[in-house]
Amino acid sequence: MLAAIGVDSMDDLLVDIPSSLRIHELKLPDGLSELDTMAEINALAGKNRVFADRLTFRGGGVYRRFIPTAVAAVTGKPEFYSAYTPYQPEASQGTLQAIFEFQTLIAELTGLDVANASLYDGATAVAEASMMARVHTGRDEVLVAGYLHPEYLEVLRAFGEGRGMKVRRGEEPTAKTAALVFQQPDFLGLLVDARGLTEKAHAAGALAIACVDPISLAILAPPGEYGADIAVGEGQQLGLAPSYGGPHVGFIACRKELVRRLPGRLIGSSFDSAGRRGFVLTLTAREQHIRREKATSNICTNHSLCALAASVYMTYMGEAGLRQVAETSFQRAHALAERLAKLPGWELAFPERQFLNEFPVIVPKPGPVLRKLARKGILGGLEVGRWFRELRGVVTFTCTEVNDPAAINQLLEVLTS
Amino acid sequence: MSEPLSFELSRPGAEPPRLPAPGLSAAPSADVLPKEHLRVKPADLPRLSEAEIMRHYSRLASLNYSISEQFYPLGSCTMKYNPVANEAAAALPGFAGLHPYQDEETVQGALELMWRLERALCAVVGVDRVTLQPAAGAHGEWTALRMIQAYHHSRGDKRTEVLVPDSAHGTNPASAALSGFQVVEVRSGRDGRISLSDLESKLSPRVAALMLTNPNTLGLFEREILDVAEMVHATGAMLYYDGANLNAFMGVCRPGDMGFDAVHMNLHKTFTTPHGGGGPGAGPVGVKAELVPFLPHPTVEKADGHFKLDFRRPKSIGRVRSFYGNFGMLVRAYTYVLAMGGDGLTQASKDAVLSANYLRKQVDGVLEIPHHGPCMHEFVATAHNLASQGVRALDVAKGLLDRDFYAPTIYFPLVVPEAIMVEPTETESKATLDAFAEALKEIVQEAKTNPAALHEAPRNTPVGRLDEVGTARRITAYLTGQSEEPVLRWKRAGK
Repeated sequence: MLAAIGVDSMDDLLVDIPSSLRIHELKLPDGLSELDTMAEINALAGKNRVFADRLTFRGGGVYRRFIPTAVAAVTGKPEFYSAYTPYQPEASQGTLQAIFEFQTLIAELTGLDVANASLYDGATAVAEASMMARVHTGRDEVLVAGYLHPEYLEVLRAFGEGRGMKVRRGEEPTAKTAALVFQQPDFLGLLVDARGLTEKAHAAGALAIACVDPISLAILAPPGEYGADIAVGEGQQLGLAPSYGGPHVGFIACRKELVRRLPGRLIGSSFDSAGRRGFVLTLTAREQHIRREKATSNICTNHSLCALAASVYMTYMGEAGLRQVAETSFQRAHALAERLAKLPGWELAFPERQFLNEFPVIVPKPGPVLRKLARKGILGGLEVGRWFRELRGVVTFTCTEVNDPAAINQLLEVLTS
Repeated sequence: MSEPLSFELSRPGAEPPRLPAPGLSAAPSADVLPKEHLRVKPADLPRLSEAEIMRHYSRLASLNYSISEQFYPLGSCTMKYNPVANEAAAALPGFAGLHPYQDEETVQGALELMWRLERALCAVVGVDRVTLQPAAGAHGEWTALRMIQAYHHSRGDKRTEVLVPDSAHGTNPASAALSGFQVVEVRSGRDGRISLSDLESKLSPRVAALMLTNPNTLGLFEREILDVAEMVHATGAMLYYDGANLNAFMGVCRPGDMGFDAVHMNLHKTFTTPHGGGGPGAGPVGVKAELVPFLPHPTVEKADGHFKLDFRRPKSIGRVRSFYGNFGMLVRAYTYVLAMGGDGLTQASKDAVLSANYLRKQVDGVLEIPHHGPCMHEFVATAHNLASQGVRALDVAKGLLDRDFYAPTIYFPLVVPEAIMVEPTETESKATLDAFAEALKEIVQEAKTNPAALHEAPRNTPVGRLDEVGTARRITAYLTGQSEEPVLRWKRAGK
């Protein structure tokens, strides 16, 4: 090949690199066989402790759920995972149609008009939605009601800072407020008055941004039903493994009036000259590769394959399956809450508030309790006082369809022993 | 060949999947929750059997071109083979089953992997520390700019501009704008490289950073990079490296040695984590010592053989995403690094440069190549010479699809008219490169003899050219209330 190029050596191809910059070797160990590579990787994986799904009662934004085998069977197809952004639609109809279906599934679930192709995670989805509100209203302040996931709040602050967005916790929007952001259920698992908050936002001329748990929407009123302008959320529960926090998938949906402010990829239906239906990237005039510094966001690569996983999950479940999953989780969590509240010294932190499948409990000496559970192979609840000083001693427990009655009994047995 | 939407395949009679009942005595949600919290109208989701679902997605998969089946020379995207061992590694229960809020003692292997990957990336790009948190390249760019902004602010220096070459990726100006900077464009010179005189005229105490990719998007190494670095640093600005093109010189040279202060890497390009049809990727950012205090938190630290997450970083720009980034992609990338080693990564880059130069040579004369070689890992040709036949870069791209090749990146970089940007990567054999060059020759021949046929390409794909303008028009009709058809989603007729 060198001869065909007309050079003598590899170095002749690297002549533009100043010699002072050339390095003689990369200071890394030499490569390994697959056998040795996997032995090393397995050894690292072996240094982690994995808690059984059924004995995991910790949530806080990442949940154990039953994942149908179909999900990995589809996302493991190299025709999906080894393709890229569908710039050539004729050769990318599989990806394009799958994303179009994802957009529809999310729009249906949230009760809003349009959803995009995906974002990185729930946290950046909140930040992107806030940016939309800021541009749409021309106002600088984003108000965060109640207990939004603390890491989402941090990401929102980091996003806003460069652009002079003022992020404040509170529930009273003013004429300076671009958006009122709330999470339903909130970080503690409690239901908030989504309808009331939405009305407050609108009364002040601000947008209402609802950060929602997608599975909860089988039971709970979706943002579209209470009039929220933008719905965002984390889609990990829709068929994605915890994977130490990622990759998961953020979603965003909105009313049609806001569609042109949406960040990232959007797929639309189209036709070829023979009248055959196909799908294309559309409204690209919002995007960085066309608009550069005037784009609605800088996002390019998003989380397409995770969106595919979520689509397979939602299609597998259907409305009835999703409702069953949500209902089983609801009832088990309520049964667990009742039993935990009877333990000596334990009580529900907000007994007057409703919840779905995650709830805060006041636990005497939570540290030793959680350590004791861990010794017995149980990943107990999450201490939320590390983020919220007023919640010291409060632990949120979560319960889903994977925590069977025997697992719940096991948890109670350890706690009472 | 087409496949109905899952919604169109839906059968009302399909049994829902069998799922566990609660099995404990508790009241149903409808009896417990106040009515205003409950959903009124059920979501209209498809109802299909597992068999139907698998068939549906298998058919969709067959409509895609992908690296697993085709040559995918998409310039600047580094579409190299994704080793299947990476996938097996990320799926290990010891990684996939970890909850992000487990105690540190229970995730020592995960933290060690992140710590080791950070060290490896430091070695490849020549920086002091790396954050693994950003989820993609653009996310990494923005993260780096926020750090640079925080660095200047910490010195009481409120710089407002970021310089971006006219040949830069679109994400560069978008990320700068997202950080609140004014974007100032720097022109390329006639040789395709950044113009030092234009750079000099744009540099001022207002400039926070110059964003540069090297080799640039024309596939050319910025020979005067050391001068560029000196000029930029002399004004107190920082130099930012867009790592989209890092595959050009691993083990050959390092951005850190060139004077770059911050460097993002695309693990889904250079480090073979799959592109996933548009993500998830990962966009770690490496920085030199002066930017280390501003890294997103938490970082992974090692003390006495123990790994821990460090949240106590008072100057940190905060968090750029939840948890610790796309951990599953980090596992894949580290698996690749282990398998390749320093020797293998170096060879990969050299092979990528060899492939690009070989293909460039084959294509030269078939299409015009506006800049002198040698190139690095990619090159840009132009279909300008076919304009007299009424044939454009787009037509060439569609002709390639008909010959079972994915198309190169077209109309980018913007500085070359009718650009065709080809990045073959080290994955491809000489035979594949020859076949691709042969296909291009055929297409150029067709452009001269029968241009009308090329305008109708592709014909061998599931659909022909799609009416993108018509789609945008139908969306406008929907958004302005003139049509009920949402275009951006399926909707049941009559609803």
